[in-house]
Amino acid sequence: MKNLLAFLLTIGLGVLIIFSLSSNTLFPAFGSVDVSDRVSNSYIDKNVLDPANTETIIFGETTDPESGAANIVTSIVVDYRSFDTLGEVTVLFISALGVALLLGSAPKQKRLALNFKPNFMLRVGSRALFGIILMTGVYVTLHGHLTPGGGFPGGAMIASSILLLYLADDQFRAKIKGFKTLESIAGSLYVILGLLGLVVGTYFLQNFLPNGTVGDLLSSGIIPIVYILIGLKVGSEISGVIDNFLTEEETI
Amino acid sequence: MIQYAAILLMVLGLYGLLTNRNVIKMIISLNVLEIGLNIFIISIGFSYDGIAPIITSTYNSSALIFVDPLPQALVLTAIVIGVGTTALGLAIAKNIYSKYHTFNLDEVEEN
Repeated sequence: MKNLLAFLLTIGLGVLIIFSLSSNTLFPAFGSVDVSDRVSNSYIDKNVLDPANTETIIFGETTDPESGAANIVTSIVVDYRSFDTLGEVTVLFISALGVALLLGSAPKQKRLALNFKPNFMLRVGSRALFGIILMTGVYVTLHGHLTPGGGFPGGAMIASSILLLYLADDQFRAKIKGFKTLESIAGSLYVILGLLGLVVGTYFLQNFLPNGTVGDLLSSGIIPIVYILIGLKVGSEISGVIDNFLTEEETI
Repeated sequence: MIQYAAILLMVLGLYGLLTNRNVIKMIISLNVLEIGLNIFIISIGFSYDGIAPIITSTYNSSALIFVDPLPQALVLTAIVIGVGTTALGLAIAKNIYSKYHTFNLDEVEEN
């Protein structure tokens, strides 16, 4: 009876959503979006502060545009809406804190035992893969303003390399204190960088460094610095969460 | 057409959330709902002629037609928050299991 009620409710909701959107002139049909008459167009042309400036951005030629990142999503996430990203990082921090409070409160912790004995090949192979995954994570973090990716996926990759070591080696235990220190330093530096924008420029998280040429590795001001900090913070946070899940209270 | 699939995923996740009493299944339903919502938000900005919103050496000008970058930026935020809520939910589920030795909320109430 309860299941039938839930079924009817969800079907009703789905039909309501589909019918309210299908005959709506404000909602564009799939694939026929015209970005040029949306707000996003000023993000692409990089003229949010100065709409009269209609100069085209050319890869490798344009110097010192309003926001220097070649990846437009990055220029939205870490430049135009950087304050939003600071809140997002705070949410992730609070959830990692909640996991640590729920699972890691006991003073003596030991890691969960594997129910098989890892042989030589597994241990050596996982160590070799660990370096490759870690370097890919660092690469994705560093090139966040040029290619797809950035601090969040890069940090997740760094954490996945730690997870690989946990799953493949029954002796491995991450140094959780180091992760906690790295996480707090990266988070504080992000806020300090924002306050520095307030001191040097006019508003919080202002991009006060020179933007350089679009497409260079060393370009777009504080965006790479912020993304490296986010990558370190997310990587150490998720590694801490993984450590909390894979350890348990020591029972003597 | 893919928007219908996204709405179907959303509705499916909501149905699972309403009918299941197992904590792990509820968390999985929440994730299915979230993925459907994310696909729907991404699909709002899609255009058939558009390319990925990155200026590269091949597509080297901002005068080209891009897909809308704003929904992608919003979904990036939503994915990270989804990871946080999932981790917190799984931590609570682990605590429930270590205290009551069950994941089912109905059996928890009986104890």
